[in-house]
Amino acid sequence: MTVRKNQATLSAEEKRAFTNALIELKRTGAYDRFVTTHNGFIMSDTDSGDRVGHRSPSFLPWHRRFLLEFEAALQTVDAKVTIPYWDWSADRTTRSSLWAADFLGGTGRARDGQVTDGPFAYATGKWDINVRVDGRNYLRRALGAGVAELPTKAEVDAVLSMPVYDMAPWNSSSNGFRNNLEGWRGANLHNRVHVWVGGQMATGVSPNDPVFWMHHAFVDKLWADWQARNPRSTYLPAAGTSNVVDLHDTMRPWNNVTPADMLDHRKFYTFDTEPAAASQR
Amino acid sequence: MNKITRRQALGTTAGTLSALGLLGAAAHSATAASPAPAAPAGTVDEVFQGRRIQISPATGGGHHGGHHGSDLPTVRIDGRELHVMRNADGTWISVVNHYETFADPTSLARAAVRELQGAQLAPFAPMGGAA
Repeated sequence: MTVRKNQATLSAEEKRAFTNALIELKRTGAYDRFVTTHNGFIMSDTDSGDRVGHRSPSFLPWHRRFLLEFEAALQTVDAKVTIPYWDWSADRTTRSSLWAADFLGGTGRARDGQVTDGPFAYATGKWDINVRVDGRNYLRRALGAGVAELPTKAEVDAVLSMPVYDMAPWNSSSNGFRNNLEGWRGANLHNRVHVWVGGQMATGVSPNDPVFWMHHAFVDKLWADWQARNPRSTYLPAAGTSNVVDLHDTMRPWNNVTPADMLDHRKFYTFDTEPAAASQR
Repeated sequence: MNKITRRQALGTTAGTLSALGLLGAAAHSATAASPAPAAPAGTVDEVFQGRRIQISPATGGGHHGGHHGSDLPTVRIDGRELHVMRNADGTWISVVNHYETFADPTSLARAAVRELQGAQLAPFAPMGGAA
């Protein structure tokens, strides 16, 4: 059973295995197909039209499925690799070990935002940005520049205590847990983290930065934490809602998976914070 | 999906504007910081941090924040189209600044110019990972 771990607890060997698997997927072209898929949904998900990956109830199950597919791809390279999660409410500075040269590398240089250390620096020749919104083919970051502070534990707690999953009009103007977590409303959790990292992470091609997966693994964990804290709450809407994915509707681009299929993460993996017994189910 | 794609929708917008001569009018207003007198409301043609920003207003429908692409303005930076979207609350995002909202298309375009740091936008090509 796959166990997703807090990135701060990874051994040097585990960090190396993860970054090596990323680089191998980049080399084969598999990685860039995930970036293309994500940007396609970013540009087609609209508040008043069909919306699947973002600004809609299926934001969470869509990204859970997207990460599962990516994790499976990583495991074709190295079966031991799982997606670590980045708890940005705890590891909240540019000095975090996450940004060290032996893991993701650090912020970009002032002149052009280029990341110049770590395994994803352009100079390695192994991490060209091919799916892009502008001409720049190197990984960029501007940690803490677009917004100064990452979300706090108190802000996360407040969102986790919202009992209703989502509400009409089921878009970026909704109240409820999903939209406060996604960040179009309230304290702004998920969106703010994209802006805090900056560079490609602030754009539609955000998966170009490997931290995308670790950010979304934590957003995914927060969904599971919310379920544990609100056991009588469930995914909404249930049925008959136009333009959005109801509980038993299938999600593009897979067309064979529904939010209902994604509700229990323990069918696929556990988090390192959960009792070992849970992983035996 | 039987809905028209955003590319088709925006293509229609650009085509309509061209037919009306509005794109040409905007282009001829050159580097003026304010709209040319004859330009429709919402037209922008300015130079910001050395980059030319051109905004042609939406032509369509009048459905607020509607899903018809013609309800969206066309935003160009140095001639390259910037993919923009309007949120339900009336704020704006682009593919360059996707996770942060802006009050109006001009603020959005200026934010994109700052973010680009001199780089050119990639050709406008919504990919429909959806398709």
